[in-house]
Amino acid sequence: MKPDGVLGEQKMTLKRFFLQWEWMLVLIFLLVNLVNAFLSPYYLDLISIRDATMTFLDKAFIVLPMVFILILGQIDISVASTVALSSVIMADLYNRGLPMEWAIVVCLAVGALCGWINGFLLVKFKELSSVIVTLGTMILYRGIAYIILEDQSAGKFPEWFSYLGWGYVGGIPFILIVFIVLAVIFGLVLHQTTFGRHLYAMGSNLTASQFSGIRTNRITLIVFTLAGLMAAVTALFLASRMGSTRPNVANGYELDVIAMAVLGGVSTAGGKGRMIGAVIAVFLIGLLRYGLGLVNVPAQTLLVIIGALLIFAVMVPKLSGLKRKTAHRLAGKN
Amino acid sequence: MAEYLLELREITKTFPGVKALDSVQFKLKPGEIHALMGENGAGKSTFIKVITGVHAPDAGEILFNGEKVELKHPRDAQKLGIAAIYQHVTCYPDLSVTENIFMGHELLAKRTKRILWKEMHAEAKKWLKELGADFDPRTQMGSLSVAQQQIVEISKALSMDAKIIIMDEPTAALTQRESEELYKIAERLRDKGVSIIFITHRFEDMYRLASRVTVFRDSRYIGTWKIDEISHDDLIVAMVGREVSQLFPEKKASKGEELLRVEGLGKNGYFADVSFTLHRGEILGLTGLVGAGRSELCQAIYGISPYDRGKLFLRGKETRIQNPLQAIGSGIGYLPEDRQKQGLILEWGIDRNITLPVLHKFSNKGWLNRKQEQKMAKNLADKLLVKANSIFASAASLSGGNQQKIVVAKLLAADLDILILDEPTKGVDVGAKSAIYEIIHDLAAQGYGIILVSSEMPEVIGMSDRILVMRSGRLSAILDSDGVTQEMILQAAMGTHAVDQPLRQRA
Amino acid sequence: MMTVRAVGRASSFSGIAKFRELGLLAFIILLSLFVQWRNPSFLSLENIDDLITNTAILSILAVGMMLVIVTRGIDLSIGATLALSGMITAMVVGSFPALPPVLAMLLGIAVGIVCGSLLGGLVAKIGIFPIIASLGMMNVFRGLTFMVSGGKWVSAHQMPDSFKAIATGSVFGINRLVFIAVLIYLIFYYFINHTRTGRQIYAVGSNPESAKISGISTTKVVWLVYSIMGALSGLAGVLWVSKFASAQGDTAMGYELSVIAACVLGGVSIAGGSGKISGIILGSILLGILNNALPLINVSPFWQNAIQGFIILVAIVINVWVKRGVERNHLLRRNM
Repeated sequence: MKPDGVLGEQKMTLKRFFLQWEWMLVLIFLLVNLVNAFLSPYYLDLISIRDATMTFLDKAFIVLPMVFILILGQIDISVASTVALSSVIMADLYNRGLPMEWAIVVCLAVGALCGWINGFLLVKFKELSSVIVTLGTMILYRGIAYIILEDQSAGKFPEWFSYLGWGYVGGIPFILIVFIVLAVIFGLVLHQTTFGRHLYAMGSNLTASQFSGIRTNRITLIVFTLAGLMAAVTALFLASRMGSTRPNVANGYELDVIAMAVLGGVSTAGGKGRMIGAVIAVFLIGLLRYGLGLVNVPAQTLLVIIGALLIFAVMVPKLSGLKRKTAHRLAGKN
Repeated sequence: MAEYLLELREITKTFPGVKALDSVQFKLKPGEIHALMGENGAGKSTFIKVITGVHAPDAGEILFNGEKVELKHPRDAQKLGIAAIYQHVTCYPDLSVTENIFMGHELLAKRTKRILWKEMHAEAKKWLKELGADFDPRTQMGSLSVAQQQIVEISKALSMDAKIIIMDEPTAALTQRESEELYKIAERLRDKGVSIIFITHRFEDMYRLASRVTVFRDSRYIGTWKIDEISHDDLIVAMVGREVSQLFPEKKASKGEELLRVEGLGKNGYFADVSFTLHRGEILGLTGLVGAGRSELCQAIYGISPYDRGKLFLRGKETRIQNPLQAIGSGIGYLPEDRQKQGLILEWGIDRNITLPVLHKFSNKGWLNRKQEQKMAKNLADKLLVKANSIFASAASLSGGNQQKIVVAKLLAADLDILILDEPTKGVDVGAKSAIYEIIHDLAAQGYGIILVSSEMPEVIGMSDRILVMRSGRLSAILDSDGVTQEMILQAAMGTHAVDQPLRQRA
Repeated sequence: MMTVRAVGRASSFSGIAKFRELGLLAFIILLSLFVQWRNPSFLSLENIDDLITNTAILSILAVGMMLVIVTRGIDLSIGATLALSGMITAMVVGSFPALPPVLAMLLGIAVGIVCGSLLGGLVAKIGIFPIIASLGMMNVFRGLTFMVSGGKWVSAHQMPDSFKAIATGSVFGINRLVFIAVLIYLIFYYFINHTRTGRQIYAVGSNPESAKISGISTTKVVWLVYSIMGALSGLAGVLWVSKFASAQGDTAMGYELSVIAACVLGGVSIAGGSGKISGIILGSILLGILNNALPLINVSPFWQNAIQGFIILVAIVINVWVKRGVERNHLLRRNM
């Protein structure tokens, strides 16, 4: 028992550093780009890549809070419905004469409220799993959107609103700038603050977190509200790009978003994952879509590729870790 | 029939990085109750898994009735009539008692393979009755008490025609009375010719039941004795490998001013009308049977599940604690009973575990300062002599005693003056126990007021200044530790009027 | 004293299950009476027939989903599996009109089993979380559906009448679809209550660790459950295509959510280990009535989703309240 020097510093070995999942993603990312460039001579055109980001970044805003939610060990499948509801309410109110600025504020408020309701139900009824609660609200939110607009679309937004989805700042798409800024903020909050540490703690062991004095209810509420708010941000950009909105807008986004987060190495079991991985995964899937679209691979084939990629992403660490983990588990049980 | 029903010779089992069993031997006579003892990590659990066919040994041989057998699968052990009843009852809470009893060997119709429910229910009823239980076998397992569930598990073993029943710390979660029932059942089984391997931490169990005892230490076989052949002290030496001459350190602290006073504290269905005071430098023992409301009382004071009646005074001022954060802020810390589930984040490093409750101390507007955090964690870990490679080693990789030290370090990280320690030495081996006692005394000497919750009488008597005894939710006695005996505490814990309940209490 | 308390607890346990089913039944009856009062054609034979045939496919899928959920899993890929097997069957039938309907059904089931066992392998063997694995496979199967069809539809005139009759014809005067559904309830009722494998599914869901100790192969059981789900999805695919006389790439998109909702309404616990056939039949019927009745009482069909979502939320919240009430009563009854 030597108290001094026994508890030394952790060494980040080179091997360990490169064994991280994010490198795997970077590798796939490069591979995707290489294949794309090989298949289509037009691919490596910076202008078109730049413009391509504008088409896939809308849903990426939800990936950021979804990483938080998955780290908590929860899931939220109602986010796409929140996108629909908040955008539909915004468009409807605008068409009824509310100034666009206020309609945007309402959109964000509706999104946050939708998220807050999810969080509230989960906090009040701890026995319920988030899959079920958000399944219910998913159907409910989109249902309300249908009540409001039926099968119509609404839009005719003012000219300046289209800037959100189509505009550039110094040659860089506005949406890309907003996304990068938000991603950096979310990443810093997750990795550098007490809030982020509390998220990991709750996802790893909720009971121990409560016993350690973490305000678990408040954090759950904040995170789900944040997810709703970011869904509303997505709603803004999506409505701006499309110029209108419909109740069936953003259908299936929740699954895309979860797929991106998981591909980025965030575990659905909670407690594990990093923001950078999810962000890489956003661009990976986006550029994959764009590149294969250039060479006329149909969208349906893309579904297969993305599905397979998702399975592959969760399979690799399982397979390589399988032996070690079994051994560890057996020894641990001893 | 061979002299030994079961004989294991030179059994070795290695897991990557760990030698869990090192040429271990064991001999079980027909119709005996054989205690298997040893500290945590001595290899008892792996040993059971070898006997029950969960793990195949790397070397050595197993003889059943004098014949060599190979146990490659749980089914092989089942066929020989070897059954295990585990520490944490391993049942199917959603299924009926009957199904729990017959899982894996259901009665099936000859040709159609249909499950014969009627026959199974009747059979289950019969087994339960034989063990003196009268609940309906159609009852859902999850609605039974732990003791009842164990009876179901034993019925299961009997229904499989078990010749050897292994009981892995079966009394750990039972009250005194329920343990006594279990002893009776075990004796009845023995008289019917069933051999029982009884694994336990409690000497009480061993003396009450076993005729022989085998001790493992550090994955090795130490020896087998008849119960009356070996003295208590020698047995401890065999288990620990050295003499634990003075388990309880000399008291150093002196009593200071009042820290905590509760008056008429109550919570529906858990405890009622609890009043006591705690002073600086004092160790207040809190004991009682499992289920008497001790943990609930402590968790109410800590704000996990707040009390609904009564008053709580901190340093003379009335305070209402609503949540743990507020408790910590008011200087109250709680060391939970289940350190793995409630105290630690196992996959996290030591550093992060220690600092979790006090992140605000080295953060500025929520931004963490890692350097400061690690420094603090290292200081505390060093202070408590935690044995680990680094402060980044995961909590899961530590021994029980060292894990407990980490949970204590969490308490020290916060600025507290009241510590509630709920079973701090539970599942910790004898060697680490004395280290934890030492720490508790040091803390009292530093001016902490300590509530020590414990089921172990010697621990309560040896450590405390005063002893609170709870019985079904109420304080039944406050005893001064000078001159107190185990019998006095037991009587307060179980009720002075033994006639009230059909007590089968041992004198 | 111990025993008395436990029995009390036990009876209230089963009481909850009974309350849930009776409550659901009472709600269905009240709802039906209300709809009938507003529109007398609701309980007409024609409409009931319509309602039941529409519910049949949902409830067939719910049976499979229940087993998946009982093992603590979930399967989001069934809508896609249904579409894929429906599409393949429709294309084969389109090319070989002479194919007997029974073979067509077997073909659909076979495709479903392949899909289901693939997913089951990922979950059981490799240990990927069901929600993620089925999400990935959903994409794969859906994409494959589009790929095999080249994005085209198989429409009514390409299908022989014998094929379309699978779902529309009748046996002993009962609609075939309903006949098949009832057959499946009966088979699965027997399977989960009276066979060893059936009970093992519940054992694995109730406590996977002990199941292993009891010598149950959890891997096999979980694999089996997803394969069954696949088989039922495949069957449902054939029935769907036959009923609507068209196979499209986006057939039954999002249908998995209705199926899960039917299970949840029917009292299948997401935590695993419990769920009854009678419950999911009631759950499916409730969803079926909602879909069927709204147009009859002049509620715009666009209210359907919102009402469904609301009812699901109310159902799960009531469930929690009842459980809590029972527990609180126990605490109050405990003497001190």
